[in-house]
Amino acid sequence: MSKYMLIMRGTDETNAAMMASIDELMATTRQFIEDTVKAGVFLAAEGLDDPGKGVVVDFSGETPVVTDGPYGETKELFGGFFLLDVASKEEAVEWAKRVPAVRGSKIEVRRVPEDDEVPQDSESSGRV
Amino acid sequence: MGTVDVEAVWRIESARIVAALTRFTGDFGLAEDAAQEAVAEALVSWPRAAPTDPAGWLMATARRRAIDAIRRRTALKDRYALLAADPAIDDDIDPDKIDDDVLALMFVSCHPVLSREARVALTLRVVGGLSSEQIARAFLVPVPTVQARITRAKKTIAAAGVPFEVPPVGERRERLAAVLSVLYVIFTEGSTATSGDRLLRPDVAYEAIRLARTLAALQPDEPEVHGLLALCELTAARFPARTAPDGSPVLLADQDRRRWDYSAIRRGLAALVKASAHGLGPYGLQASIAAAHASARSVEETDWDRIVVLYEALGRVAPSPVVELNRAVAVAMASGPAPALAIVDELIATDRLPGSYLVPTVRGELLARLGRRPEARAELELAARLCANQRERSVLLHKAAALD
Repeated sequence: MSKYMLIMRGTDETNAAMMASIDELMATTRQFIEDTVKAGVFLAAEGLDDPGKGVVVDFSGETPVVTDGPYGETKELFGGFFLLDVASKEEAVEWAKRVPAVRGSKIEVRRVPEDDEVPQDSESSGRV
Repeated sequence: MGTVDVEAVWRIESARIVAALTRFTGDFGLAEDAAQEAVAEALVSWPRAAPTDPAGWLMATARRRAIDAIRRRTALKDRYALLAADPAIDDDIDPDKIDDDVLALMFVSCHPVLSREARVALTLRVVGGLSSEQIARAFLVPVPTVQARITRAKKTIAAAGVPFEVPPVGERRERLAAVLSVLYVIFTEGSTATSGDRLLRPDVAYEAIRLARTLAALQPDEPEVHGLLALCELTAARFPARTAPDGSPVLLADQDRRRWDYSAIRRGLAALVKASAHGLGPYGLQASIAAAHASARSVEETDWDRIVVLYEALGRVAPSPVVELNRAVAVAMASGPAPALAIVDELIATDRLPGSYLVPTVRGELLARLGRRPEARAELELAARLCANQRERSVLLHKAAALD
């Protein structure tokens, strides 16, 4: 078993399409969440506000520089996520296919590694 | 492109499909057989041509297989003629009914006419969607044993005429307790493996948590369901810190609490709030004890007085010698080893935990704290002889040796 994050990725076009049918999308999303809750796999979900209202903190220089969103060159925008606790990657993918999403958007499926899988600091380990 | 993982779809859909088919046919065993046939067909046909709606495909195929089986039976018994002649029953699942049907499935799988082993196997199979192979691996038993348990269980349910329903209000509490106890047995197998050389089997514990979450979603007004879920989440939160890199157990006092899973703790505490609505039951009380540990930054900062009170309450609603022993440990932390030793000696005098390695383990620890080292050593050595888990045994021997 593992935790997987289903990351919604859209473009300006898919965001516009989403807003056009927002009521229907909200209803189907609620249903999707209910399905995951009843399947015992739901951990968390959030949807994000308009990227135009966000800011970007850029660490390219010596000190962080804050600019207004959206994200310059970036074509695909992070729009929200579902965090699921599932038995396998295949199951995470199967749930991802059921996420209500507008045509043209994408869902990235990423695993949350377990505590003991996070690489240890090689300097300190092995000394004690 | 286009590949669909049968096992993954099955994990998500099994309970709904078997529940809907049982409602449709009135025959739990037949429904389960038909669903398994559909899975077998999917394993053959999906790699060649993946269906656009895998869940719908499984449901439709299982339904067809169920109708085939009924037709075969009709030929023999001339029953169900009407049903078999009308395969055009609405395929759409009514979400309100399906929830009740999944719930009914859990109650049937945990029915008191079944042995404990059968309840566990059936629940994991039909509600959890695990294969016989996966269940066998989880409980370290041969695959044919699991298959035999499931076959026998289905026969028992048919022979006893167990109705497919959520039990009537009068029986609900008692039957729900049976379901909770099956989920807890599964969880315990994962959190303190009774056999094998590994201390934890998180995959097995995960199945119990998943089922408990489902039950909590379907029975949101039952405090003890949330109590069990809270207990499982809070216990599982400590898993990352419970074993050393070499697999040996790390006691609560020595655990690196930074490694606890704090999102699991948060979920456990949230479930505990729901469990506390009208006073706590046995699972809620155990969860509260786990919560007291989870909220403490160290053993020293733990609210041991509160834990003693919780064990006293647990001893009243669900008396057991194991609870008494745990109360003794808490008393030792809250008030010192002497009053705790009195509780343990009382347990020994009444011989309420014969043959358990836990009694001499605790007694040995208490004697060591009282400075009675030779006696402490003898107790820990006795505990090691009685302990079946190799990992724990070596810890006990190590402690005994340190008392030289």
